[in-house]
Amino acid sequence: MTHHVIRLDAPDDFDGWRDAARALAGSGVPADRVLWQVGDQPADLFATPHRAPVAPISPSAARLNVPRDFIQLARSVVLHRDPERFSLLYALLLRVLHRPALMQDATDPLRRRVEGLSQAVRRDMHKMRAFVRFREITMPGQDGDAAEGQSRFVAWFEPDHHITRTNAAFFVGRFATMHWSILTPDAAIHWDGTTLRQGPGASAADAAPGDPLEEVWKAYYSAIFNPARLNPRAMLSEMPMKYWKNLPEAALIPDLMATARARELDMIERSRAAQGRHGTAKVGR
Amino acid sequence: MAQLDISQKLTILADAAKYDASCASSGAKKRDSRDGTGIGSITGGGGICHAYAPDGRCISLLKILLTNSCIFDCHYCINRRSSNVRRARFTAPEVVDLTLNFYRRNYIEGLFLSSGIIASANYTMEQIVEVARSLREDHDFRGYIHLKTIPNADAELIAQAGRYADRVSINVELPTRQGLERLAPEKSETQIEGAMADMATVIEDGADARKRYKSAPRYAPAGQSTQMIIGADAANDRDIVRRASGLYTRFKLKRVYYSAFSPIPDASAVLPLQRPPMQREHRLYQSDWLIRCYDFSLAEVTSVADTATGMLPLDIDPKLAWALKFRGQFPVDVNRAPREMLLRIPGLGPTAVNRLLKARRYRSLRLADVARATTSVKKLRPFIICEDWRPLALTDSADLKALITPKPKQMELFAV
Ligand code: SF4
Repeated sequence: MTHHVIRLDAPDDFDGWRDAARALAGSGVPADRVLWQVGDQPADLFATPHRAPVAPISPSAARLNVPRDFIQLARSVVLHRDPERFSLLYALLLRVLHRPALMQDATDPLRRRVEGLSQAVRRDMHKMRAFVRFREITMPGQDGDAAEGQSRFVAWFEPDHHITRTNAAFFVGRFATMHWSILTPDAAIHWDGTTLRQGPGASAADAAPGDPLEEVWKAYYSAIFNPARLNPRAMLSEMPMKYWKNLPEAALIPDLMATARARELDMIERSRAAQGRHGTAKVGR
Repeated sequence: MAQLDISQKLTILADAAKYDASCASSGAKKRDSRDGTGIGSITGGGGICHAYAPDGRCISLLKILLTNSCIFDCHYCINRRSSNVRRARFTAPEVVDLTLNFYRRNYIEGLFLSSGIIASANYTMEQIVEVARSLREDHDFRGYIHLKTIPNADAELIAQAGRYADRVSINVELPTRQGLERLAPEKSETQIEGAMADMATVIEDGADARKRYKSAPRYAPAGQSTQMIIGADAANDRDIVRRASGLYTRFKLKRVYYSAFSPIPDASAVLPLQRPPMQREHRLYQSDWLIRCYDFSLAEVTSVADTATGMLPLDIDPKLAWALKFRGQFPVDVNRAPREMLLRIPGLGPTAVNRLLKARRYRSLRLADVARATTSVKKLRPFIICEDWRPLALTDSADLKALITPKPKQMELFAV
């Protein structure tokens, strides 16, 4: 049995996937005859693929009518870490070409599975926008004059999926006039006020600590917490512990939780004492 | 007294602001800073929560008071003039710097600024407006700004606040006039509602002008909101839901926030010692959603409140309570029922309803299909009919409530 092996340039290579998928679908290649791999990493260790060129795109294939919401879905799903994402998407594409209404059918199992991947990616992108924490680093100027230096903002973040490059537009739009870098284990993005550059993965140590504003932020985080409303479950569902190590304020959480009850009781005790003094205790009409 | 540094002031002035429940950065128009000289963007949708405090609340904005000194003496408030709390005051430039510094580090979406009243309402309002003006004009800041307006400040100042802010709010504070008179004797319902009406006019006129002149300034594009304290006066849930609904329609509010009264340091002697169960605040928000997102009428929501006490049930959510009360309306056929009726099925939200509506155009839905479109089909089963499912007269049974009511959790962990 021959397989078509499609080699994509990068784990988030949407254009590569789309071009290949279009050609394959145009030539009627079924989903189980395609092996997708990123770079030189074999996608499937057990298959011994025979490399077969994909037939050139026929005019009819070039005009494949793909619903727009499929493209949107595919763009995000490609960013998922699941090694099966390319083949799942291709299988879904073939079915959608056959029956465009499938995109409206949230109850179809394959459609649901792919939708699930997309949801995970969107959540990851959202959490990155929320939890990236920049640190200001003042670079010395040309002749070592710190006052001449331009400050740079550097963040370290560990996303679950291959979202860093795709998410860059958000940070460019928001911090357009700043110079910043976001470092992740797989990739880095750098913005200098005009151009976005990409770099290789980095390590946490590359985003050096020492920004004095972190202490001010921690003071805010402590003060805005209301100990009379302790609700760790709600906090954890939105800010799971896997993010804590890169959030400066998270270091305060154990202590804030441990002392909350005592602080609440203390407030109540003091109110009680005050009411005793004033001799009024009832509220109501 | 020794000079306070920024962190110390922030500790005092954030502590003083935390009893205000609204922190959302939603509803503003999309924008970014690509063509500007500053920073900031609004991505649309709900805004971003950059952190969560251990109380489970979203931290989206730098929420502070300009000063916690106040010439008023509202009993429920930690800042009232008779409170022993330590006082502090930020200058306008300090708040501007702090906002920009936090924003640059991606800690926040923007600023929510409020203040105790010092000297006069106008003086206080001027200071608040100056912070927003400087952020917008001196720094081209395009993040979110929510300003609390002081009810009896001049209309001109209130309009200026709307000019710079995405959202403005004025708190009605208490659900009833009697409650306000008793607990905030220097405030008046007439004045508060007058200010809300003025703001509604400013926003509406602004939107009107923009239809004719594209360059006309926007006024508070994210609208106005308000907050009520729950459990500090004798108002019951029915009173509260009615009041909220009236406010939505009369002043075109975007949101009414509820803040369960919670113990504060140095509380006034007229306040209750006990805070209301947190679940109560939650049920009120749920009833609010039923009206705003599920097409329930006010009468439908208040019909589930206990006739004698006027309180919503705490053990089940108001939508389930409605379904149990009007069980004759169920089971609902998911393949045929109109949208409004699908929205009334307990456990089915607008997203799932949209999925079902789309999917059923192509085929007749079975229970497994419904399961895939929702998070949990177990709760739904007694209420729906589909291709291969019909409940066994379950909705007639008296123990239905026991069957689907969540196991009682210990809600009041910290009851005293
Ligand atoms: S006016 Fe009343 S609620 Fe507002 S800060 Fe002063 S005392 Fe508190």
